[in-house]
Amino acid sequence: MSMNNQGRPTGTGTSGFASTSGSAMLPNEPLLFEIGDNEHSGVDLPEVKISGDRLSGFERKSPLDLAGLTEPEAMRHYVRLSRLNHSIDSGMYPLGSCTMKHNPRLNEKMARLPGFADIHPLQPVSTVQGALELMNQLSHWLMTLTNTAAVALTPKAGAHGELLGMMAIKAAQDAAGQSHRTIVLVPESAHGTNPATAAFLGYSVKPIPARADGTVDVQAVKDALSPDVAAIMLTNPNTCGLFEPQVIEIAEAVHAAGAFFYCDGANFNAIMGVVRPGDLGIDAMHINLHKTFSTPHGGGGPGAGPVVLSAALAPFAPVPFVRRGEHGLELVEHEEGQALGRITAFQGQMGMYVRALTYMLSHGGDGLAQAAQDAVLNANYIKARLAHAFSVPFDDYPTMHEALFDDSFLAGTGVTTLDFAKALIDEGFHPMTMYFPLVVHGAMLIEPTESESKQTLDRFCAVMEELAADAKAGNAERFTSAPMKAPRRRLDETRAARSPILKWEKPEVELKAAE
Amino acid sequence: MRYLPHSDHERAEMLGVIGAADIDALFSAVPKKALKSFDLGLPAHSPEFLVEAHMRALAAKNHAGADGPFFVGAGAYRHHVPATVDHLIQRSEWLTAYTPYQPEISQGTLQMLFEFQTQVAKLTGMDVANASLYDGSTGTAEAVLMARRLTKRSKIVLSGGLHPHYRDVVRAYLKDDADLEILSASPEGQGDILDHIDETTAAIVIQTPDFYGHLRNLKTAADAAHAKGALLIVVITEVVSLGLLEAPGALGADIVVAEGQSIGNALNFGGPYLGLMATRKEFIRQMPGRLCGETVDADGQRGFVLTLSTREQHIRREKATSNICTNSGLCALAFSIHMGLLGEAGFTRLARLNHANACTLADALEGVPGVRVLNKTFFNEMTISTPLPGAALIERLAARGILGGVPVSRLIPDDPAVGNLIILAATELTSAADIAALCTALSEELQ
Repeated sequence: MSMNNQGRPTGTGTSGFASTSGSAMLPNEPLLFEIGDNEHSGVDLPEVKISGDRLSGFERKSPLDLAGLTEPEAMRHYVRLSRLNHSIDSGMYPLGSCTMKHNPRLNEKMARLPGFADIHPLQPVSTVQGALELMNQLSHWLMTLTNTAAVALTPKAGAHGELLGMMAIKAAQDAAGQSHRTIVLVPESAHGTNPATAAFLGYSVKPIPARADGTVDVQAVKDALSPDVAAIMLTNPNTCGLFEPQVIEIAEAVHAAGAFFYCDGANFNAIMGVVRPGDLGIDAMHINLHKTFSTPHGGGGPGAGPVVLSAALAPFAPVPFVRRGEHGLELVEHEEGQALGRITAFQGQMGMYVRALTYMLSHGGDGLAQAAQDAVLNANYIKARLAHAFSVPFDDYPTMHEALFDDSFLAGTGVTTLDFAKALIDEGFHPMTMYFPLVVHGAMLIEPTESESKQTLDRFCAVMEELAADAKAGNAERFTSAPMKAPRRRLDETRAARSPILKWEKPEVELKAAE
Repeated sequence: MRYLPHSDHERAEMLGVIGAADIDALFSAVPKKALKSFDLGLPAHSPEFLVEAHMRALAAKNHAGADGPFFVGAGAYRHHVPATVDHLIQRSEWLTAYTPYQPEISQGTLQMLFEFQTQVAKLTGMDVANASLYDGSTGTAEAVLMARRLTKRSKIVLSGGLHPHYRDVVRAYLKDDADLEILSASPEGQGDILDHIDETTAAIVIQTPDFYGHLRNLKTAADAAHAKGALLIVVITEVVSLGLLEAPGALGADIVVAEGQSIGNALNFGGPYLGLMATRKEFIRQMPGRLCGETVDADGQRGFVLTLSTREQHIRREKATSNICTNSGLCALAFSIHMGLLGEAGFTRLARLNHANACTLADALEGVPGVRVLNKTFFNEMTISTPLPGAALIERLAARGILGGVPVSRLIPDDPAVGNLIILAATELTSAADIAALCTALSEELQ
C-alpha cells in the first residue's frame, strides 16, 4: 500500500490490532509530515517587524519545510502514537537489568514545581538555595545508602557515570605517578558500556571469564592483576542476577595490587538499604536514578547516573558540586586542587534529582530496604515457579533481582529465544531481556521488580509455563509467526540497516506534480 | 508502604514456594559482615502529603523565572512551553516506556524518533540526525571525537566564542591531549580561527551565535576548513535562532551539534536537556548515539526500528564509536511535539519575536548611562560592559527581584578583562515592562 500520500486526514483508518495498551482499535498513524503542512500552526504568536540590521546578512535563505499541526491535530497525532507503545503503566515489563518499576506521579508533580522547573542553571546562587539544599539532601541519601565519602551528581546517564568514575580513577593514578597502569579488567558478563568506557579512556581491556556458577573467578582476577592494571570494572549484583560471593576478596586483591575497584551499580535496586557497597570495598560506583529510584525511562531517556566515590577518589570529583560556605550553600563551578574538570554543562539532571529524592522520602530508609527485599523475593519466586519448565544455567546461589534462564529447554523445538519473546507480546507482556548476558546461550533475563503483585507474577508464570509447554508440544508456528496481535508484525531490521532511511522525504510523485 | 504490593502473608507464601526459611536466606551470597550490619540512620517512609510539603518548602526557597524580570541565557533559555506539550509527554505510554528494543510494541516512540530526526535534519540543513544525545555540551565532545575518527587526524581547534562549559567538557573528554588548541575568547566577536587550520587539523569548532551573542560567518570557516581537508563542527546553544538564520548545512557544516532545550523543555536548573546532532549521509556510521530507521513488517506495513546498532557499545563493546547507550527520549518527544505545533510558520514567527525583543532590549540598554552593548550582530542575546564588576551588579539586581543576566566572570573567572561584562538574553517571554524595569534598576545602580 502507498504510505506517503495520505494528505491531511481528519480521521485515520483503523486496522484492528489488538493492543498491549488496552485498545482493540489502533490507528495506522500517518507521519507528522503527512498530516501537517507549512501553513498550519498550533501556537499563536504575534507577528512582528524587525528593524535594523543586527543579522548582518546571515538570514535564512533556504526554506525550513517544517510541517505544522493545529492543537487538536497534534493532540490526536501524539495520543494515537502513544497507544502503539507498551509501557510500565499499561502492563508488566519484565526486562532484566533494565528495572522497569512503578514511576510514582508524585515525582512528576514535584519536578514541575516552578521553584525547580523554572530556575536557570546560571542565575545567582543566592536565588537557588533550595535547589542546592535538594542536591545536598540527595547526596546525603546516596552516600548513606552506599557508605561512601563523596558523590558526583552530574553524570547524565549510567554510561556517563561510568565514564566519570573511570576518569576519576585515571586522574588519581596520574596524580600518584601511576600513569603506566593501562589495563582494565572487565568480566565477560559485563554490560557493553564497561569495555566501551575503558577503551574510550585509552585503556586496553582484559576480559575475565565467568566461572561455571555464573560468578567471577577470584583466582582469574588475581592471575590477571599486575602493576600495569589500573582497575577492575565489576557489576554487582552481576548481570546473571547473582551477588558476587567473593566480592570482598576481589576488592582486597585489587587494592593490594594498587588498582581501583569500579563497580557498575546498574543493579543497586537489589541491595539498596540491605548492603552498602562501601562496605564491600568499592572505590567508585554509578547509580542509575532511573533504575533504582523510580525516575521514568521516558522511552529511552533521559537517565541520570550519579557516582559515589571512596575517600581515595573524592578529591577528583568533577565540578560543579555543592559545598557549605559562610553564606549558606555554594556551588563550586571551577576546578580547585585535583578536581577533574567538567563533564557536562551546568548541574546535571536536576529534574531527576527532584524525582529521586521524592521517591527516597516516600519510601524512607525502611521502605527502600523492603523494596530491595521484595525485588529479590519476586525474582526468586519466578525462578522457583518456572524452574521445572525452563532451564536454569546457574543454581548454586539464590538469584537477586532477576531470574536468568537459557534456551536449552527449547532444544529441538524449532523455537528460538527471540520467537519465544515475540510470543509473549501476543499474551500482553513485554518480552524479557534476550541474548544477554552473553555468557549463557539464548539467555532470557527476567526482572519483575518489587512493584509487581503476587497476582501479576502468578499470571505471568502461568503464561510462561503454557508457552513452554506449547513449544515443547511442537507448535512452533505460534512462536515463529508471532507477534500477531501487536501494532506491527515482525519488522525487517536487516533492510533498515542495509539501506538506512533515517528521515522522511517528500514522495517523488508529489515533487513531480509540484514542478 | 504505598508502592509495595505484597502483604506479609503473601511474602510468607512466596518464601514457601521458593523453599526459603526467611528473606535473609535469599541474600546468602552476601558476606555476613556486609549484610545489614549497619544502622542507616535515614528517616522512615512518609505519607504523600508530608513528602509534598518537604519538597514545596525547598522549591519555595528558589526564585523562579516567572517571579520577576528575567534575562538569563548563556546556554539555556527561558521559553514558553505550550500546555499541550507537557500534557502529552506525561501520558503513561510515553513517560513510562523503555528504549524501543521491541519495535512491534514500541512504534509510538519509534515513529516519534523518526519524525524528530527529520525535524532536526531540516532545521540544521543536514542529511541525517540521530535520536538525540545527553545535551549540547557532551554532544560537542562526541562530535570532536567523531571528527577524529572520520579524518584520522588529531588536531582540534576550539573557537574562542565556544561556551566555556562546552570547552571544559571537550577538555575533560580529551584529557591531556596536546592536539587540542583552545583559542582565547573575544567579547568583541572577532574570530581568528582560520589561521589555525593546517594539514593535521581534524576539525574546527565554531559556535553561532557565539557565547557573547555574535553571529559567526560559517561559510568562510567551512571553505577554509575544507581547503585543508578539515571538518567544520557547528555548535548552536540557542536552537530558536535557526528560525531566522541560515541553516549550517547550507553553509558547509559537516557536523552540527545543538542544545535543544529551548524547544519544549523547561530550564530545570540545567537538566535534563537535549543534545541534537546532525551530519552528512556519508558519516552516519561514525555518528554516536541511537538512530531510528524506516522499514516494513512481515505484512509489508511501514514500521520503524532502531538501526545501525553495530556501531554501538552493546554490539561492539570496546570497539564502539562511543560508550553512550541512551538518548534523551522524553526531551526529544517534547521538542518534537512543540516543533510540530509551531511548524514552519510558527517557528519562524517565534524566532522573529525573540530577535525583535532582543533588538528592543539592546536599544534600551544603549540608553542607560555607562552601559555599552558590544554586539553589532546578535540573535536574542548580547554582551554589555558596565562601570561595575558584573557579578556584583547582578547580585544587586537580584536583590531587587530582577535576574539581569550572567556575569561573564562566572564562566571565565581567570580573565580580568571580562570582569565588567554581562550577557543578557531576551526571548518571546521578555516584555517591554521587564526591559523598562531592568533599565531603571541599572540606571539607579550605576549612578
